[in-house]
Amino acid sequence: MNVRIITNNRMVADRFKDSYTVELYDISYRDILIKARDCIHEGYRLLSHPLSGSVKPNETPYKSLLISKEKKSLDLDSLRIIEGAIATCDKFGQNRFRLTESICEDFMIIDLSLISGALSESTKV
Amino acid sequence: MKLTLGYVNIHDIQLSNESKVANGVLYVNPDDITKLVLEDEHLKSASVDVARPGESVRITPVKDVIEPRVKVEGKGGIFPGVINKVDTVGSGKTLVLKGAAVVTTGRIVGFQEGIIDMTGVGAQYTPFSKTNNLVLTCEPVDGLQKHQHEEAVRLAGLKTAAFIGELARNVSPDSEETFETFGLFEGAEKMPNLPKVGYVQMLQSQGLMHDTYVYGVDAKKTLSTIIDPLETMDGAIISGNCVSACDKNTTYHHLNNPVIADLLAQHGKTLNFAAMIITNENVYLADKERSSNWSQKLAKFLGLDGVIISQEGFGNPDTDLIMNCRKIEEAGVKTVIVTDEYAGQDGSSQSLADAHELANAVVTGGNANQVITLPKLDKVIGHLEFVDRIAGGWDKNTNEDGSITIELQAITGATNELGFNKLSAR
Repeated sequence: MNVRIITNNRMVADRFKDSYTVELYDISYRDILIKARDCIHEGYRLLSHPLSGSVKPNETPYKSLLISKEKKSLDLDSLRIIEGAIATCDKFGQNRFRLTESICEDFMIIDLSLISGALSESTKV
Repeated sequence: MKLTLGYVNIHDIQLSNESKVANGVLYVNPDDITKLVLEDEHLKSASVDVARPGESVRITPVKDVIEPRVKVEGKGGIFPGVINKVDTVGSGKTLVLKGAAVVTTGRIVGFQEGIIDMTGVGAQYTPFSKTNNLVLTCEPVDGLQKHQHEEAVRLAGLKTAAFIGELARNVSPDSEETFETFGLFEGAEKMPNLPKVGYVQMLQSQGLMHDTYVYGVDAKKTLSTIIDPLETMDGAIISGNCVSACDKNTTYHHLNNPVIADLLAQHGKTLNFAAMIITNENVYLADKERSSNWSQKLAKFLGLDGVIISQEGFGNPDTDLIMNCRKIEEAGVKTVIVTDEYAGQDGSSQSLADAHELANAVVTGGNANQVITLPKLDKVIGHLEFVDRIAGGWDKNTNEDGSITIELQAITGATNELGFNKLSAR
């Protein structure tokens, strides 16, 4: 399947590791966006929106993104969207929440739900 | 389609031993509600409270707000495909308990949900400080999955609103208003000299707690399509969107969509409100392309001269909004977009996460990052413990005097992107 998952959410990795190519990193929300941008620079295409969910970048620490496995020429739409997302992330600033274990789990579930919805569609393209 | 709304004015809600509507007062027996709601095996307990305009009451975390209605003439019932059969609604007569609302609250996740203050400065920012609110607090059975919990609370609110609406079935309305829409050709024939204006409503559809249902169907699984605006007045579109308090469209907003109301008010006078298109806001980028292509095709196919496009939410939907706007403009149809802004606490940052030069006519619902201090209120319905964990709140935002400092995004409906808010844009 022409999709790989870049994530810092272990719940997403656990759910999809047997059916998709999953790269699990122990890095911040913003660093996941940077990693995706680096992939886009190399010619990979962004397949899911980096600002998925109404949970703001300074609230949730978790982010999962879908990137194409196939490398082509630079996709300008992907680049515009990821650069916009990084700028938005920087605008919101540092996380201001007191993150308990249970809240972290809730954020992971929301991220998992958002990416699951996107994955069920990605098989069709 | 032709629909008459009969407004039964409600100026108070009283808890009572009998549920009824009499002399403008909604009497509710809490046992009737809890019995109805606890038919759902996923809910462990439910309680009912009342919050009236001007009272020192804070409701949080708010999930949905629903206006009670009952269909008394014409096909179908309120909330088709969910509470009633999937008959096509939007014609006949529907009674509205104007001034009353069902508000659902309760913990689903430990962040994000909104605040309704019934008095003080916060009350000015939410339309639901002006309604008499029957507040339903539901607690799930232990170990319930989040998506089942969300569904149970959503259905509990809708069932309660339908039950209350039913109480007014035989009440004479205080006033009536009739709306009429026409088929495309009939409308063009009747109003040959008026511009054909459409409404493109974008529905939140990203996943758990970010969903919208149309006749019971999850909007993320649909293609862009057309709907008669009068269908929305009978609850054809309902909210499953618990997050982003300030700019989510609650079911109340869908029932009372001000874009539709204003277009209908001008229908036959300055414009021909020719069609309403609904489209979704998915996470997968190919879905965005597909759905916005479809909106463009429909706008062109329907021969519209202009459209109003409203979005729901922030970030991801900004991309759908700009795609819809750009493509519809490129098809030769003029657009106006309705949004809100996340422009930073000082209002100086870029407002949207996406942009295009063709998006040159914009209506804003205000800046969701604007900071506000809410006074301490006497009573809290729900869970105040979540105030520092909702969108727009932050750690240690409760001040020594009990007041709380938050961004507008924490307040239900404050920057609504249908333009329903009363105060936020300056």
